[in-house]
Amino acid sequence: MLSILFYLFATVAVFSAFYVTKSRSPVNSALWLVTTFICLAALYIMLDAPFMAAIQIMVYAGAIMVLIIFVIMLLNLGTAVKKRYTHALVWGGAMSVLMLFVTNFLIRRGVPTGKLGDVTTQTIQSYGHTELIGKAMFTDFLLPFEIASILLLVAIVGAVILSKREV
Amino acid sequence: MTPEVLSLSNAPALWAAAMLAKILVAFSVLMGIVAYATWVERKVIGRMQTRLGPTMTGPKGLLQPIADGIKLFFKEDIIPNEASKFAFVLAPMMILAPALISMAVIPFGNAYEFTFQGVTYLVPLQITDLNIGVLFIMAMAGLGVYGIVLAGLASNSKYSLLGGIRASAQMISYELAAGLSIIAIFMLSETLSLSGIVAAQQQPLWGITAFPSWMHNWYIFSQPLAFGLFVVGSMAEINRTPFDLPEAETELVSGFCTEYSSMKYALFFMAEYANMVTISAISATLFLGGWDGPFPGVINFLIKVFGFMFFFIWIRATFPRLRYDQLMQMGWKVMLPLAIGNIVLTAVAVLLWQ
Repeated sequence: MLSILFYLFATVAVFSAFYVTKSRSPVNSALWLVTTFICLAALYIMLDAPFMAAIQIMVYAGAIMVLIIFVIMLLNLGTAVKKRYTHALVWGGAMSVLMLFVTNFLIRRGVPTGKLGDVTTQTIQSYGHTELIGKAMFTDFLLPFEIASILLLVAIVGAVILSKREV
Repeated sequence: MTPEVLSLSNAPALWAAAMLAKILVAFSVLMGIVAYATWVERKVIGRMQTRLGPTMTGPKGLLQPIADGIKLFFKEDIIPNEASKFAFVLAPMMILAPALISMAVIPFGNAYEFTFQGVTYLVPLQITDLNIGVLFIMAMAGLGVYGIVLAGLASNSKYSLLGGIRASAQMISYELAAGLSIIAIFMLSETLSLSGIVAAQQQPLWGITAFPSWMHNWYIFSQPLAFGLFVVGSMAEINRTPFDLPEAETELVSGFCTEYSSMKYALFFMAEYANMVTISAISATLFLGGWDGPFPGVINFLIKVFGFMFFFIWIRATFPRLRYDQLMQMGWKVMLPLAIGNIVLTAVAVLLWQ
């Protein structure tokens, strides 16, 4: 049952990711990307990570993509058609084949099935995924977390200064 | 014998039957409320403006929603030539679906107890108890904007496009304030599950046991600011009247649904009212103790939901529409700082007193 669902969502995710790049109108590309995000959220749920799934939909599908579509609407690209670019096709193709080999090698070298370490499915179900993430973030990984928040603060200040009118 | 919670593992067939029954009942009650909310809205606004509202169809105009439904059903369904067909058909569905899905995680009553073949089972009156319930609702609210944006883009008309742009800007801004105001709630309840939040609200008020036992710790008493922010923010998010700029009929004909007709137009209407019911149910669950109260569970819950719906209709009858710059100013310069300040205050209070 779970593997059927996995193949269903994975197929839709790959298919829509392909159409993000293939689709001619920017709005359609954006919508295909939303489909990909929703499929990824479903895959997160299957990996016992419901918090990640909710955040994925909330932040990526609910906020970032809406902003992108908003910009597309404002720039009136809805009717414009993307030009066909071919110069990057060869190197892009070579790069993706290379990536495929590297991923394949990494998967075959290690043990990709089963969860290793302290956090097992039982821990997640008894303790709660959100609690586990919160605990890890505020104890073990406090410094990276703070650095990330300062980075975001700098970005916010930068955005305010760039868009600010003269007072 | 202690009753056991009905689940997939201890009685699969019974669990599936209970699940189906819950979904069917919740869906049909929601649809009934949606249909009659239109009647109540016209009646109440009529009375508030010293008119009578619908009176002709049936006693007191009670058959009006059915007549409206039949009329819309038999209207010609027009898809503009220049419209992008697929997105045009998809948009009304995408706006209705998130509103309906959100109802899945809302607890609408105390657990129901019944005996089957000698075993007593407990059935929680909630379609599913996700342990990320609040986040799920926020995620679905975030998806709601796509329906409007798609409708605006696909119609290929300037009024629709303007409506769509206004809607996406407004929904992003107010979603933020509404979402941040909920954070203060789960700082107090220490859980994201909605049934957990309802259970946390049945403790004595402010943790003081000296109060009489019927005074429960509803979060409206400890988080009045968050309550106000959430109600105003969600009202803006579902485009109810003081914030209905996306469909401001005096400027934009009908905004994003200008080009729609027949059942597709009806779907937009249903989505508006379904969103209203969902927002009422969420506010009741988060701030007014859910199904907690003097009557049997479901009745308390319905009273609270209807109270909120009446409040929304009342607001529509009394307030003029905001100007667009005022709307943005209020969202970003008033509500967002207030919500963040509320989070900081709550964090300090939790540190000091818990």
